[in-house]
Amino acid sequence: MNDKFAIETQDLTKNYGKVTVVDHLNFHVKENEVFGLLGPNGAGKTTTILMLLGLTEPASGIVRVLGYNPNREPLKVKRITGYLPESVGFYEDLTACENLEFIADLNKLSRAETKSRIDQVLEMVGLTEQKNVATKKFSRGMRQRLGIADVLIKEPKLVILDEPTSGLDPAGINQLLDIIAGLPKMGCTVMLSSHQLYQVQRVCHSIGILVKGRMVIQGPIDSLGRETVGGGRYTIEVETAAPSAALVDVIKSLKGVLNVDASGNNMSITTDTDLRGDIAKIVVQSNIPLVQIKVKEFSLDDVYMKYFKESQD
Amino acid sequence: MFAIVRKELADCFNSVRFFVLFLLVLLASGLGLYAVQQGIHTALQQSQAITENGFVFLAIFTSSFPGLSFLNFAMVITIIVPIIGIAMGFDAINSERTGRTMSRLLSQPVYRDGVINGKFIAGLITITLMIGTAILLVAGYGLRMIGVPPTSEEIIRLFFYFVITIVYGAFWMGLAMLCSVIFRRAAGSLLIPIVLFLIFFAWMFLGSVFVPVDSSATINVQIQQLNLQETLLRISPVYLFQEALYVLLNPVVMGLGVISSAQAAYMVPNPLNLGQSLLSVWPHIVGLISLSVVFFAISYVVFMKQEIRAT
Ligand SMILES: Nc1ncnc2c1ncn2[C@@H]1O[C@H](COP(=O)(O)OP(=O)(O)O)[C@@H](O)[C@H]1O
Ligand SMILES: [Mg+2]
Repeated sequence: MNDKFAIETQDLTKNYGKVTVVDHLNFHVKENEVFGLLGPNGAGKTTTILMLLGLTEPASGIVRVLGYNPNREPLKVKRITGYLPESVGFYEDLTACENLEFIADLNKLSRAETKSRIDQVLEMVGLTEQKNVATKKFSRGMRQRLGIADVLIKEPKLVILDEPTSGLDPAGINQLLDIIAGLPKMGCTVMLSSHQLYQVQRVCHSIGILVKGRMVIQGPIDSLGRETVGGGRYTIEVETAAPSAALVDVIKSLKGVLNVDASGNNMSITTDTDLRGDIAKIVVQSNIPLVQIKVKEFSLDDVYMKYFKESQD
Repeated sequence: MFAIVRKELADCFNSVRFFVLFLLVLLASGLGLYAVQQGIHTALQQSQAITENGFVFLAIFTSSFPGLSFLNFAMVITIIVPIIGIAMGFDAINSERTGRTMSRLLSQPVYRDGVINGKFIAGLITITLMIGTAILLVAGYGLRMIGVPPTSEEIIRLFFYFVITIVYGAFWMGLAMLCSVIFRRAAGSLLIPIVLFLIFFAWMFLGSVFVPVDSSATINVQIQQLNLQETLLRISPVYLFQEALYVLLNPVVMGLGVISSAQAAYMVPNPLNLGQSLLSVWPHIVGLISLSVVFFAISYVVFMKQEIRAT
């Protein structure tokens, strides 16, 4: 066991009846990073998380959370792990403060500690003023923030958030992500799941994409783009003032060009290296006005779309 | 676990449910006292207390309205304690599911059985409080009405009655909690224990229907039939409780076992003494406790295997 990893799984598998929902999952989450577990609905994200917490038993495989096996020593894992479920609920008749007090009590915090930490976490999520308001009056966004406060009150080493941004408006999402982004500095590892990559990509250091129970790709977010989708190739996008079949042929004959897709005024050119200069020259020489030329940036969304397409085929 | 007990108790005492149940308890006590006022005289005669063989003070709890021999404090308690037990248990687990608090609760460092245990203990404390209130109320006002203080034996008997009533309440709460583990909706987990209670309650009156006693048969056959009838009746926990409480509170009227009318004619009115009474209700107490334990065990097993998914 390498203690640099907060979460480690080996061939983690879960079946419901004959359906394999999580299929030989291998991944690890480094300490003090934000890991995004991404994938479409029904990919098995929640199931994976439940296994990490010992809330459901894996069919086979090994899980290690902060060095413990969550099925053998669930309490040790739960003592230092905070979990925000997909749809979080509170005791509606109790106030925000009372809800948190109960959780603190379950974690055996002393009174003084409870008091100071409640103030601290409510401050963090911006709910100080709602401290004594019954949670039945809370909006979806407030609930989600209270959920984060609830998770943080035990000062966890690991925080697992299942779809934390779902159902929030853009402002709420940003607020939440800012809080999440600050957690690693407090010595806290974060794992969050989402089916909306765009929303979370800015706070994730690494991601794993789960499709039909299999991890199709994982790694640090900045190195994932080009290599995984383009196979190390470049895609250069050219927009001209008018379509021209002759121009396409010329570009095709250029050394290093692998493929040209033309549609209307746009061409999408696949190359081995960055041939922008040569292509621009050819276009200009052919007397067709060049509107723009750029190397296509592969965003994670492309990564995501690629695997989604594959999974739908 | 104690954190859960604390929270459940705090929740309970602030709830409308508790208030309503407490009103019910007060109502039951009032009804019991009214019955004392109306029927204490008959009760004293029946329990042989007049002849100094029975218990004067305990007669308070079994004195009924004239003409309605079943309507007394003990019977009211027999009916409302299951209601209280069911009310305390029917949504114990499934309310955490519908409120989506279950996964939050179980991701804290608590064992799953701690959740059930905590809720059960909190419910038990509430039931104990309510039954205690009812018995003390009736005992106190009853004392003022009849003016005869209890003997020490009567106090001991009353205490055992108190204990077995708590066990009886715990039985119904255990059943309701089992239903709250199995059924996702509170409607199901409320309805099923209530229906079971009604069936078991009606069962008490059905013995003579299932096994009619043939009055033209020989005494031995009749005794056999009565024995069979009683065995059948004892399937019902309500009957078990009813039988036990009469042995404790009014041992003359209902000694356990079959006494034919022929035998009864020769019987000396002599109540079972305390030891005999306890001995004869012991199986009833054990029976009720073990039934509760069975419900509990099933709840545990089912709950442990349930997946905690917040959707
Ligand atoms: N209790 C269950 N019984 C059978 N199938 C289930 C159960 N829970 C989830 N599933 C299935 O498992 C798959 C993965 O679910 P889940 O882990 O919730 O996906 P995600 O969180 O990625 O949306 C889904 O196809 C779902 O239908
Ligand atoms: Mg999910």
